[in-house]
Amino acid sequence: MATVDVVATSRARGMEKTRGIRQTRLIKNIVVTVLLVAGGLLMATPFLWLVSSSLKAPAKIWLYPPQLIPNPVRWQNYPEALTVMPFHLFFANTLTIVVFDEIGILFTASLAAYSFARLRFRGRDVVFFMLLSTMMLPWAVTMIPRYIMFRQLGWINTFLPLIVPNYFGGGAFNIFLLRQFFRTIPYEISDAGRIDGCSEFAIYWRLVLPLARPALATVAIFTFLNAWNDFMGPLIYLTSPNKRTLSLGLAAFRDLYTTQWHYLMAASTVVIVPVIILFFAAQRYFVQGIAFTGLKG
Amino acid sequence: MALALESLRSHRRGLSLGQQEAVIGWLFIAPAVIGFFLWTAGPMIASIWLAMSKWDLLTPPKFVGLKNFQRMLSDDLFWQSLRVTVYYCVTYVPLAMVVAFAIALLLNSARRGSALFRTLFYLPSIVPAVANAVMWQWIFNSEFGLLNAALRAIGLPKILWLQDPRFTMPAVVTMAIWGTGNLMVIYLAGLQGVPEQLYEAAEIDGAGTWARFWNVTIPMMSPVIFFNFVTLIIGAFQVFTVGYVMTAGGPANATLFYVLYLFRNAFQYFEIGYASALAWVLFVLILGLSLLIFRTYTRAVYEEGGGV
Repeated sequence: MATVDVVATSRARGMEKTRGIRQTRLIKNIVVTVLLVAGGLLMATPFLWLVSSSLKAPAKIWLYPPQLIPNPVRWQNYPEALTVMPFHLFFANTLTIVVFDEIGILFTASLAAYSFARLRFRGRDVVFFMLLSTMMLPWAVTMIPRYIMFRQLGWINTFLPLIVPNYFGGGAFNIFLLRQFFRTIPYEISDAGRIDGCSEFAIYWRLVLPLARPALATVAIFTFLNAWNDFMGPLIYLTSPNKRTLSLGLAAFRDLYTTQWHYLMAASTVVIVPVIILFFAAQRYFVQGIAFTGLKG
Repeated sequence: MALALESLRSHRRGLSLGQQEAVIGWLFIAPAVIGFFLWTAGPMIASIWLAMSKWDLLTPPKFVGLKNFQRMLSDDLFWQSLRVTVYYCVTYVPLAMVVAFAIALLLNSARRGSALFRTLFYLPSIVPAVANAVMWQWIFNSEFGLLNAALRAIGLPKILWLQDPRFTMPAVVTMAIWGTGNLMVIYLAGLQGVPEQLYEAAEIDGAGTWARFWNVTIPMMSPVIFFNFVTLIIGAFQVFTVGYVMTAGGPANATLFYVLYLFRNAFQYFEIGYASALAWVLFVLILGLSLLIFRTYTRAVYEEGGGV
């Protein structure tokens, strides 16, 4: 409307103005793009340096200026690095922990979230906020007593301290995320189930869970990341070399091969790549999950 | 139909059915509630007792009252670890907030390729901490690292990033800033949620880009900024892996983070009591800080005369 008025009163001036706006827009776009490309390159550089170093022959590591594209490309670094230490065991250990964590968290967190979101009973909200408050609690406070508890149980140097706690509600954050999602599923679905004589568990399991796949996927992804990246837990609880997780194994590898950067970079790449693959395979759940927690937390 | 269902549901909430629902409700949350007592409340209470005892895990624990807390006052390493952590907090947190916000603004105003850039900025934040530390250790390598090669290329002297106590913390902060992609995504989601009409209304009122930023974007984003601020601080107080893997607390304790010192006391010196006392001090510090930020924030919102 405003533009039409301007054009009507002074057509020439209006044209000039729109051209001016267009020009500033163009400049703005160029500046934004240049900054983004520069920033993006800065972000990508460590990755490129990592991969490039992982493919260099030992002697080529010590060159100035550094070779950006390794010549010759030495793929051998990978099998060599991964066999000096039993990385296949570390991989299997990490995967075992991840799988058991997923089962415990997805089941018990969704169960609790379902109850908080879709059932009514006295004390529900009090318990919910009690659980939420644990999100603000620094884990360092409970770390030592937990260690002592697991030591008393004889669970040191087993995966149990890393797995079993996840079978008890799966963490306040996951309960919260799933609860928010369950609340958006129409309650009529539950009513229909009740009319058909379903038990509450059947309604949760057969009707509501299948509709909550996106939220469950988000929880599954962050569970994977947490278990895959965890260092403090395995460091405290796993003592024998063949029980190590990938992160723990990589740290031990670093301690032994302090200057074998081509091996260290190859091993690091192997630890990082699954996470990157996961990201590209499930990008949309990542963004959903983070954005969600940020806005509604 | 809807009415019939509604009446059915309220009937369900009636006496015996309501009780039935309560039983099922409690059953469903039972694992979480038991977990709360087993893994949080129980350990917290135990930790109070531990903090007031002396224990090396081998001989029976001895009650020593507040001695562990007294000991902190004269423990140079305690003060050093606190200094290191506060230094990290006051440099990393504001920097991360600003950088992540700036990137989010750029991405939000980008026309093309924003998905690609979003991915590039986000990826570093999911790199496993240990792999990250090993990778950056190589980048910071004083002789053959990428960073010093770049400095040398533009004629600057090399910096002993991980050997010179003055530069270790800047190095650690640089590395942490690289990994703040998740913050950026949270900001971006917030920015995309700001209603377009507000910008249009401000523009009609004659507000320039800068005025729109300060009077529309910032107030609308304040809950997100607040959320990020609190989580960043809580996280910054608990940094551990970088200090353990990349710098081993050194050089000259320049990266002796609080939790690293706590870890050493508990699992290397077997000073379980002292480490528990340290944990409680950390807890009180974080709690106090969070409450302070929360109060300042609610007051600021109140004084501006409107809830966001």
